[in-house]
Amino acid sequence: METESIIKSLKEKFSSDILGTEEKNQKRVIISIKPDVILNVASYLFRDAGFRFIIATAIHTKRGFEIHYHFSKDSDGLILNLHVTLDRDKPEIESLSNMFNASNWIEREMHELFGINFLHHPNQDKLISEGNWAEGVYPYRKDFKSITEE
Amino acid sequence: MSRKTLIPIGPYHPLQEEPELFKLYCDGEIVKDIQWVTGYNHRSIEKLSESKTYEQVFFLVERICGICSTSHPFAFANAVEEIVGIEPTDRAKYIRSIIGELERIHSHLLWVGLAGHFLGYNTVFMWAWKYREPVLDLFEMITGNRNSYAMFKVGGVRRDIENHKIAAIRKILSDVKTKTDLLTGAVMDDPVIHARTKGVGILSKQDVIDYGAVGPTARASGVAIDVRKDDPYAAYPLVNWKVITAETGDVFAKAQVRLLEMYESISIIEQCLAGLEKEKEGEITVKINEIPEGMGNGRAEAPRGEVFHFVLSDGSNSPARHKIRAPSYVNIATFKKSCIGQTIADATITLAGVDPCYCCTERMAVVYDAKSGKKMMNARELIDRSISRTLDLKERMQKL
Repeated sequence: METESIIKSLKEKFSSDILGTEEKNQKRVIISIKPDVILNVASYLFRDAGFRFIIATAIHTKRGFEIHYHFSKDSDGLILNLHVTLDRDKPEIESLSNMFNASNWIEREMHELFGINFLHHPNQDKLISEGNWAEGVYPYRKDFKSITEE
Repeated sequence: MSRKTLIPIGPYHPLQEEPELFKLYCDGEIVKDIQWVTGYNHRSIEKLSESKTYEQVFFLVERICGICSTSHPFAFANAVEEIVGIEPTDRAKYIRSIIGELERIHSHLLWVGLAGHFLGYNTVFMWAWKYREPVLDLFEMITGNRNSYAMFKVGGVRRDIENHKIAAIRKILSDVKTKTDLLTGAVMDDPVIHARTKGVGILSKQDVIDYGAVGPTARASGVAIDVRKDDPYAAYPLVNWKVITAETGDVFAKAQVRLLEMYESISIIEQCLAGLEKEKEGEITVKINEIPEGMGNGRAEAPRGEVFHFVLSDGSNSPARHKIRAPSYVNIATFKKSCIGQTIADATITLAGVDPCYCCTERMAVVYDAKSGKKMMNARELIDRSISRTLDLKERMQKL
């Protein structure tokens, strides 16, 4: 499937939920969507279009919490970044881990480091700092100050 | 519900020498469930990276892993170059691919050795590591270091491989190939290895897709993904090679893929060396004034699979966000599928089958004098020794 036809079919299916598309080149595309359709869009990419989930990146910005879900279409060398912006005070989004296991760990990690809540996640326990980190303190948020910075 | 016995492997893995805890829940000899605890050595490199300049980040990400120490700078360079919108010169591309492939050879040899060690077959361990040594010597000749080569920078490489060194590299490489033949023949035909690895730790194609597994772990299950082919970078589109796959998905298939990949790597290096001879010496960097705003997705095929770096730039001299995904992050999660139903003895080799990353950059023991308690070798002496060894290797190379 060519990049153009993938974007075209995404736009046809989710026209009102796509907030913006940025096509840097044939192999790098960023699509911003509304957070509440993440399950539908991810399901289309994974199940119908044959994408592989690489990883997700959470970013704490002035707009709130942003997540880039990186998907790869290996036959075309395409990386598609699904971009969502979450609420600043109550960041939460549906978990993708019931669809594929690849997102299980990274969602736990984002929950742990950014405090983003993944709804219906099978097991949102801490992944890396079990037992040695305070509850409710999220080190990757911009307002977190480490000892050396204080 | 029947009672299960908990068998812990870790928190300090006795064979891999790495801090991680696997809890095997067993019923008799059979593993019924597995859980793991990680994060003993979390260094927060993503956060650290935000406080470093782009040039410094190369040295930081190089230290994520001692074995695939060039894969992370490789992917990071690809990401930043995507933001800037430049391509390195052909000479730099060839040098990058040579370093990347040499690393694959030494990493795969290391794995074959460790796999033998895990099976209690220490002859394989000794052989593989002995044959790996010339590759590390080659690294020291080219870059000055056995590991952490510090070769990459935005827009090119730091050091050239001068044309007069090429003959020596070819000579060592042909020796490595002869020894790889020996090792491959011995490993692939050995009935003990067959008995211990065939049908063990099978990972199905569907599991690979579900867990997003990459690299030899995916290729051994018939999923032919390789970033070098799918999303070509550096000199890989300029040379001929093929992606090695196997169908059975067991530990033997993983070994087979890795052993055969070494031949492809040797072939890639030979073609890159021929390419280097055609390029002008010294043209190894493209000058860059500043990193503009934007985001870059960089990836590189490490020995263990796809390394992914996402870099967000706000136009300053350090990344605003830097996300790193090492291949073991997705590969280790597949244990949930491959280990359950195995016996405990097979579980250890299955856990090693995905080649979880570990550091083995130790190269010298410091000996204490039993009588005086004095160190026989101090830090200065170590550095002097290291320098003299590099000079010695360079001299040896002149004679080849």
